[in-house]
Amino acid sequence: MELEELARSCGEWLRGSGPESDIVISSRIRLARNLADFPFISRATTADRAEIERILRDKVTRVRDGAELNYVDVNRLEAIDRQFLFERQLISRELAEGQGARGVAIDPQERGSLMINEEDHLRIQVMQSGLDLQTAWEKINRIDDLLEDQITYAFNERLGYLTACPTNVGTGMRVSVMLHLPALVITRQIDKLFRSLQKISLAVRGLYGEGSQAMGDFYQISNQITLGRSETDLIKQVGDLVPTIIEYERKAREFLVRESHENLHDRVSRAYGILRTAQTISSEETMHLLSSVRMGVNLGLIRDLEIPTLNQLFIYTQPAHLQKLSGVELDTSDRNIERARFLRSRLNKSDSNGNKN
Amino acid sequence: MKCQKCDKPATFHITELTGGKPQELHVCEDHAREYLSESEPEATAPGKLPEKLAKQLAVGQTAEELAKLDQQACPICGITFFEFRNQGRLGCPHDYVYFQKELDPLIVNIHGELEHTGKRPKRTHGSTDRQTELIRLRRELKEAVLGEKYEQASTLRDEIKQIEGSGANHGSGVASRESGTDQPKPPST
Repeated sequence: MELEELARSCGEWLRGSGPESDIVISSRIRLARNLADFPFISRATTADRAEIERILRDKVTRVRDGAELNYVDVNRLEAIDRQFLFERQLISRELAEGQGARGVAIDPQERGSLMINEEDHLRIQVMQSGLDLQTAWEKINRIDDLLEDQITYAFNERLGYLTACPTNVGTGMRVSVMLHLPALVITRQIDKLFRSLQKISLAVRGLYGEGSQAMGDFYQISNQITLGRSETDLIKQVGDLVPTIIEYERKAREFLVRESHENLHDRVSRAYGILRTAQTISSEETMHLLSSVRMGVNLGLIRDLEIPTLNQLFIYTQPAHLQKLSGVELDTSDRNIERARFLRSRLNKSDSNGNKN
Repeated sequence: MKCQKCDKPATFHITELTGGKPQELHVCEDHAREYLSESEPEATAPGKLPEKLAKQLAVGQTAEELAKLDQQACPICGITFFEFRNQGRLGCPHDYVYFQKELDPLIVNIHGELEHTGKRPKRTHGSTDRQTELIRLRRELKEAVLGEKYEQASTLRDEIKQIEGSGANHGSGVASRESGTDQPKPPST
């Protein structure tokens, strides 16, 4: 598959549609699975890993649930391409930065991917735009069934699906919903929300998963527990809570509109202004400003932009995407200049031709 | 309404739900900010959980007991308990059986449960013991070859073939990875 082609397209989870898509970016479910007759990755020899990859590659590319999947040999990819797939959320940081035989099968519409030799032998993930965990579950369950017809998974009657880390044992399932919560951040209620979520065993992560900072006010809410509850229960636990969080965010937005409309409008307008005129800009600042603009669009303060365009800009301005789109490798300071140029051209449609560096 | 802490108008109306009965708070923006940022959240790193918990296992054991436990190695994959404690990752499916006594408290700590109640593979595998056995045999075969113990290697190869041939591995379609052996094709679908 040509990654350049992928760079210019727009994946399912960036579509900006689906239920509650002003606040919910995407719904995602992943399953961790291992072959019964191989050691887990930490004890696998180079030959084991190569063999696991060979077996699973053969099986996953035969899964015909919709379109044909594209297989990418991650071990042979350049660092920038691995980073690109990671930014696109098609592979995890672990797979991007790992070593040895490993790969990923990608749905061409980016509705899901199957990672081989990540922390577990197989990680299946399915993404839906907006809040739609049920569809994600139906899809991933079907893919898992199709694979299970051909693979003997490591499974134990008592503990369920066996995983390399005991935190995933049982269902091996992680249900997560990515939310955009700028108003809860501005009104400083976000930490409180997180503390209460942790009390009920839900994890909160940033845009790029474990350990990543909450850049652009994006947060992923997911289940911590994987054992002792059915998949449906786990989906319900996360799914039932999301409307409450959406409600909090909407209330915080209403509050800002009502109580400090000028400040809010000023913040949104300034952010938009900087993004349209800056000559050099870091990834962090871009995310931060885009977040304000995104909320401004949702609140009707900015009328000449669409949510899908903004969702794309969040990803397209990431370091590897920027370099892929411009076709050259750039160091940090050149990237900042290119990022500013890219933003100007995308956000000033009327004078995009006359707006040279 | 005035702020409960100063003379400015109260623009924030906070209902505190944690701890006992709900408490209402009416404050100005500055005091709301102060109130809401009072308790700094501890950095949460879910990724560090297994390592932390694995190290916690050490608690409640004497140094001697721990040293002994650390040296125990899974007969299938060879991982020692010490290695697991350090990396937070297990070596093979059999570790869940072999280290059950040590792992169960850890699993309860993480999940609050010890019984899987979710999805099960549709095909009844009976037991995956034979698959697990393959992990051990292949490891021993590799060691035998490295140690130039060819007679032992030949016996092991036969054993592996026997298990693979019995159809116990119908799933993975695994062939022996020694060169020169016939590679049975995985069942086509």
